[in-house]
Amino acid sequence: MKVLVPVKRVIDYNVKVRVKADGSGVDLANVKMSMNPFDEISVEQAIRLKEAGQADEVVAVSIGVKQSQETLRTALAMGADRAILVVATDDVHNDIEPLAVAKILKAIVDEEQPGLVLCGKQAIDNDMNATGQMLAALMGWSQATFASEVSIEGDKAKVTREVDGGLQTIEVSMPTVITVDLRLNEPRYASLPNIMKAKKKPLDEKTPEDYGVDVSNRLEIVKTEEPEARAAGIKVGSVDELVEKLKEAGAV
Amino acid sequence: MHFGLSEEQEMIVSTVRSFVENEIYPHEAEVERTGEVPHALAQKIKDKVLELGFYACNFPEEVGGAGLSHLDFTLVERELGRGSMALTHFFGRPQNILMACNEEQRERYLLPAVRGERMDALAMTEPDAGSDVRGMKCSAVRQGSDWVVNGSKHFISGADHADFFIVFIATGVDETPKGPKKRITTFLVDRGTPGFEVRDGYRSVSHRGYKNCILEFDDCRLPDAQVLGEVDGGFAVMNEWLYATRLTVAAFSVGRARRCFDYALSYAAERKQFGQHIGKFQGVSFQIADMITDIDASDLLTLSAAWRLDQDLPANREIASAKVHATEMLAKVTDTTLQIYGGMGLMDDFPIERFWRDARVERIWDGTSEIQRHIISRDLLRPLGA
Ligand SMILES: Cc1cc2nc3c(=O)[nH]c(=O)nc-3n(C[C@H](O)[C@H](O)[C@H](O)COP(=O)(O)OP(=O)(O)OC[C@H]3O[C@@H](n4cnc5c(N)ncnc54)[C@H](O)[C@@H]3O)c2cc1C
Repeated sequence: MKVLVPVKRVIDYNVKVRVKADGSGVDLANVKMSMNPFDEISVEQAIRLKEAGQADEVVAVSIGVKQSQETLRTALAMGADRAILVVATDDVHNDIEPLAVAKILKAIVDEEQPGLVLCGKQAIDNDMNATGQMLAALMGWSQATFASEVSIEGDKAKVTREVDGGLQTIEVSMPTVITVDLRLNEPRYASLPNIMKAKKKPLDEKTPEDYGVDVSNRLEIVKTEEPEARAAGIKVGSVDELVEKLKEAGAV
Repeated sequence: MHFGLSEEQEMIVSTVRSFVENEIYPHEAEVERTGEVPHALAQKIKDKVLELGFYACNFPEEVGGAGLSHLDFTLVERELGRGSMALTHFFGRPQNILMACNEEQRERYLLPAVRGERMDALAMTEPDAGSDVRGMKCSAVRQGSDWVVNGSKHFISGADHADFFIVFIATGVDETPKGPKKRITTFLVDRGTPGFEVRDGYRSVSHRGYKNCILEFDDCRLPDAQVLGEVDGGFAVMNEWLYATRLTVAAFSVGRARRCFDYALSYAAERKQFGQHIGKFQGVSFQIADMITDIDASDLLTLSAAWRLDQDLPANREIASAKVHATEMLAKVTDTTLQIYGGMGLMDDFPIERFWRDARVERIWDGTSEIQRHIISRDLLRPLGA
């Protein structure tokens, strides 16, 4: 079975985000970019499936600016076998929308015929949480979102999902789209031999036109704002005082 | 000219950086408090590094290393510089001088060191011979086919965890027009060799948990098989292999300074006095400007010296410049950061006081700042006859 893993280049989770002066979005010029942390988890899961003999090839895909190549090299260094880069924009501030991404992924799935697509549940930049679901709909495949446990047996996948207030286990038929949540696994570091090998692994470069997909934006960002600054806290001297303050604040 | 890192180099940097942040930082406070690295923790770090293929990455592939270039290895050292040295010691970079091993010694020392099975320490310094290495008193005399060693070494880093030692010992004296000159031989000495003892050393303000020890030789017999390189060839071995070690001190200093600087920057942006962020005061903001300028300058000196080594260009002076500049830069950066933190900078609630203490030794070991300046100036003036 082939596993397809879409990975997105996003602002590094350690970077303190700054809103652009014109409110059109977040300033991405000269900030550290990394692989979306949820995608690291899906790459890890795909590699584990390969190590367990359940997958025979892991293909990483990224859609965005040319520099997404670095993100794909990271996936290759972690252990993916080859990569496809779809250069869809040359502007780091142009975030390709989920539907366009899902359409390109559909075209790639049609071509590659994977048995499984493993996505992050969302990208930490815009938190859309939509691409995996849209891809499943476009393909007419089953989907299992927010996976915290995955096991594949024959043509079925058993997936434990993190839902509000608990866990839900579902069974879906393969091929399927699984979107992964934080607790599924702990992604590995790229090993030094794999870093050195990554460069020799194939990386195909494509454009949206190759797949006949229009990537122009349909959504308009009206305004981006910094979250309100958190009010300073207070120190309390005892449990009694804590309870009292909480009562005053109407919290208990 | 191209100043960017390749994709592989970026990945090496980000992997080592995450490793240090996730596997080293969480244990730092404890090591600092106790002055010890528990054996189990040391082993855990070693095992992870071995699994990642980074252990002994400074060694060529044919002996089981990763064959990194000087530049790539310098990037690794730079990222490791962020973390506690007591802990990053177990990231495993055996002395590359072990490449001087002969076939038989390879099996006993080089290969086990690269595989992480045996750890090494290097001993040159003595109580009466620091900068003046040739002034050493520890000596070996022939007795039959063996050498009999007497004397001592001090300040030997990592000796507490070492399984064997690379020791420089005087093996004779040459009379020269400039007076007597000692001949020096490099020996491989196993822990536990009769007549050889490793004793606790001094407590240092820098790098708690990264201990230095005293080595004592009392009629210790070593056969010829323990000689590394040629008899009386100690200086040749030293010049060939220890030439570049100073650069790791420069790389350490740059990495450590960047970590420290991040603290200064965020504190300047958060701490308020007189109703505004202290970073708004020119007195503080210009310090930030000077710090980053110094750090970047040291970084470039260090990387370009490493690049020269890779190109087989003369690099002795450039390495010395990088070492002296980076270590003095680190002293300034840690001191300025502490100043920006005010009184809190001195308290061990923050790692600033530790960075400040750690920085002090960098200007002393692997050749003091004065010795580096001597190397730089001799390189320029000697050809002019001065
Ligand atoms: C924590 C620690 C760990 C160490 N680890 C090791 C180790 O693992 N192995 C090892 O072999 N050594 C080790 N050393 C030794 C280290 O390399 C020496 O401390 C260093 O070379 C300086 O020698 P010294 O301390 O004896 O100072 P000295 O050489 O006595 O110098 C005293 C002062 O005189 C100055 N000076 C000396 N000569 C000159 C000159 N020609 N021109 C101008 N000024 C001069 C020096 O710069 C210095 O300021 C370690 C030292 C420390 C502190």
